[in-house]
Amino acid sequence: MSRSVLILGAHSAIAMATARRFAAEGWTLHLALRGPSRLQADRDDIAIRLGVEVTLHDYNALDPDAIDEVMADLPALPDVVVCAVGLLGEQETAQRDADFATLILRSNFEGPALHLERLAGRFEARGSGRIVGVSSVAGERGRASNYVYGAAKSGFTAFLSGLRNRLHGTGVGVTTVLPGFVDTPMVAGRDLPPALTAQPEDVARAIFAAVEAERDVIYVKRRWRWIMAVVRALPEPVFKRTRF
Amino acid sequence: MTLTGWGRYARYPAPLSQPAPGDLASALAGGPVIARGAGRSYGDAAISLRRTVGTGRLNRMIAFDEAEGLLVAESGVTLGEIVEVFLPRGWFPMVTPGTKTVTLGGAIASDVHGKNHHRDGAFRASVAWFDLLGPDGTTQRCSGQENAELFDWTLGGMGLTGIVTRAAIRLRRVESGWIRQTTLPCADLDAVMRAFDTHASATYSVAWIDCLARGPHRGRALLMLGEHAGRAEIGARAPFPPARRTRTLPVDLPSGLLNGWTARAFNAAYWRRGKAAAGSRLVDWDGFFYPLDAILGWNRAYGRKGFVQFQCALPDAGARVGLSALLDAIARSGTGSFLAVLKRMGVAEGAFSFPMKGYTLALDFPATRRALQLIDRLDRIVLDHGGRFYLAKDARMTAETLHAADPRAARLREMRARSGLSDAFRSVQSERLAL
Ligand SMILES: Cc1cc2nc3c(=O)[nH]c(=O)nc-3n(C[C@H](O)[C@H](O)[C@H](O)COP(=O)(O)OP(=O)(O)OC[C@H]3O[C@@H](n4cnc5c(N)ncnc54)[C@H](O)[C@@H]3O)c2cc1C
Ligand SMILES: NC(=O)c1ccc[n+]([C@@H]2O[C@H](COP(=O)([O-])OP(=O)(O)OC[C@H]3O[C@@H](n4cnc5c(N)ncnc54)[C@H](OP(=O)(O)O)[C@@H]3O)[C@@H](O)[C@H]2O)c1
Repeated sequence: MSRSVLILGAHSAIAMATARRFAAEGWTLHLALRGPSRLQADRDDIAIRLGVEVTLHDYNALDPDAIDEVMADLPALPDVVVCAVGLLGEQETAQRDADFATLILRSNFEGPALHLERLAGRFEARGSGRIVGVSSVAGERGRASNYVYGAAKSGFTAFLSGLRNRLHGTGVGVTTVLPGFVDTPMVAGRDLPPALTAQPEDVARAIFAAVEAERDVIYVKRRWRWIMAVVRALPEPVFKRTRF
Repeated sequence: MTLTGWGRYARYPAPLSQPAPGDLASALAGGPVIARGAGRSYGDAAISLRRTVGTGRLNRMIAFDEAEGLLVAESGVTLGEIVEVFLPRGWFPMVTPGTKTVTLGGAIASDVHGKNHHRDGAFRASVAWFDLLGPDGTTQRCSGQENAELFDWTLGGMGLTGIVTRAAIRLRRVESGWIRQTTLPCADLDAVMRAFDTHASATYSVAWIDCLARGPHRGRALLMLGEHAGRAEIGARAPFPPARRTRTLPVDLPSGLLNGWTARAFNAAYWRRGKAAAGSRLVDWDGFFYPLDAILGWNRAYGRKGFVQFQCALPDAGARVGLSALLDAIARSGTGSFLAVLKRMGVAEGAFSFPMKGYTLALDFPATRRALQLIDRLDRIVLDHGGRFYLAKDARMTAETLHAADPRAARLREMRARSGLSDAFRSVQSERLAL
């Protein structure tokens, strides 16, 4: 039987590229998103081109029961789950508007973390599986330009790290994905440095390879690892003066 | 952003948008647009100075009927993708041009022809229906039965009737991805024309012609015939070989490199090699149909100034005399073409499609002043012999030439005016050619 992957937040460009990557390797796809009919045409396209089974599921990361409803829909517990749910949001709006800041915090941290915890329990009971969380380098250190988003991603990264630690030895693995800039509609219109910007397909390839190799933490473009090492190492009196 | 055709001859500062399928209708609001597929037409057919609308995001396959071989797909899907997906399942396009990079929309708008035109007709023969986005932002299903007039004008209509959003095309069953290719050297023009007729029943036929050979050798050619190979013929070969590995031409070559001298040397060498390799052998589909696709960006070989294509069709009645006159004019000018392709064509169909019963000759030249003057002379010869021109290759013809060659052009213009299309869909080419 072919292996299966559940993708949460499947409408994202990174998620769809990842879906196609897994499908190209013959995996069954379960795509969960708000408004699943939006992916009907892509579902058909993947099914025709790659001959794999693809199912669509209504899913809202902020609804506590949503993950159980998706699971009830599935024919079997998936082998892998990839969570791409996220919300960048305008930092300045988040400073002014507490509701909006809350939405950013919940979309990037609370919703994904609570749902992955439930899946982790099921995986643990089975004794196998891999959980892939798409976090961000923005969570490595808070910056003026996006610290609400960054704080939420930081929480998510810490959560994934703890989950990995807890599940060690149970047969269940956790992969944290820390993409730098990715050329997706989320960042459309921003001037991104080409050398540091990955394509969604690059992220997809890195995620698939990380699942196969059971990696813990991946950066998509190598140089981000070094850049973030420097960013983390800067003493706070220096860091607080920077603008980037 | 700068847009050019595949020939990179004229360059235009033109904004290109790539709307998502759902945003296409709103992309029409506010003045004339033209659709652009893969940009493999050589000139300015897929360029609008105001708004060029790319079909890059209309790239999904929608349904496939295994029993009928009927594929429904969005118009930005390329023939190469179709081959990649369906050849391993035993299907191949019914009609394909000499490059697999073209989109369905581009293949429909040019009503492209392949090496089997004499037998199977142009791309339209494989089109069951398509959806066309009109000037009012609504989409109409067009087929031989439904909106038949619009169907007919759109096939070959160079994007001037609307934007094709999705299409249903029939594929052909094949037993393998191999072609039995037979190469026949023909000593001169008469010989190759006779050979085309002798082999009229071949599925695929096309001739490379040495356009620089003179005197008794004028028109010497290598006629290449092809048949889909059956399972029994291919021995231990993999039945469906994948596409060949591609290489990329990374930089523009110096503009003068491909000139009369190198063309003469190339043509002579090609002839010798072809003659030596005469006979039958098995060739994979990619090598047989798409030899040029092996080098990505080969159009940069002509350098920064680019190059122009010239492709005409001549009716049976004027073909021999007309082709002789064309070859004489080229040989006399010494401005050689590297790739001169001669092909027998079957019956003409459609309101504005290019093919006509007779022959078609395609040539490419570096875009030098001398070559452009030569092409003006070739235009004249074609007019004098009742021929017409392929707009997918054109970058420089005048409206007078087109309208003198082809009374259908005026009918297209009249139809466009009557149907409110003239103000909605315009390309640099349609303005140049008064369509
Ligand atoms: C190496 C090479 C070999 C070739 N060999 C052949 C051959 O053997 N036979 C042949 O017939 N042609 C041949 N051609 C020409 C080519 O097939 C045509 O120019 C074809 O139209 C290109 O398709 P495209 O997707 O690149 O379209 P483009 O070049 O982008 O556009 C071509 C025309 O189609 C229109 N168009 C594109 N998409 C749509 C759409 N969705 N709706 C409405 N209109 C649309 C454009 O407005 C434009 O008028 C060859 C070209 C090359 C580069
Ligand atoms: N692009 C980058 O540069 C970059 C860099 C680092 C990390 N990332 C991360 O990569 C992931 C994918 O991002 P992307 O760039 O592909 O952008 P995106 O298209 O905005 O992806 C985010 C996805 O999350 C979904 N989502 C948000 N809230 C949700 C909710 N409550 N319930 C269900 N789904 C919800 C969105 O769904 P809707 O379509 O329904 O809104 C959207 O599809 C995100 O986690 C992002 O933070 C991106």
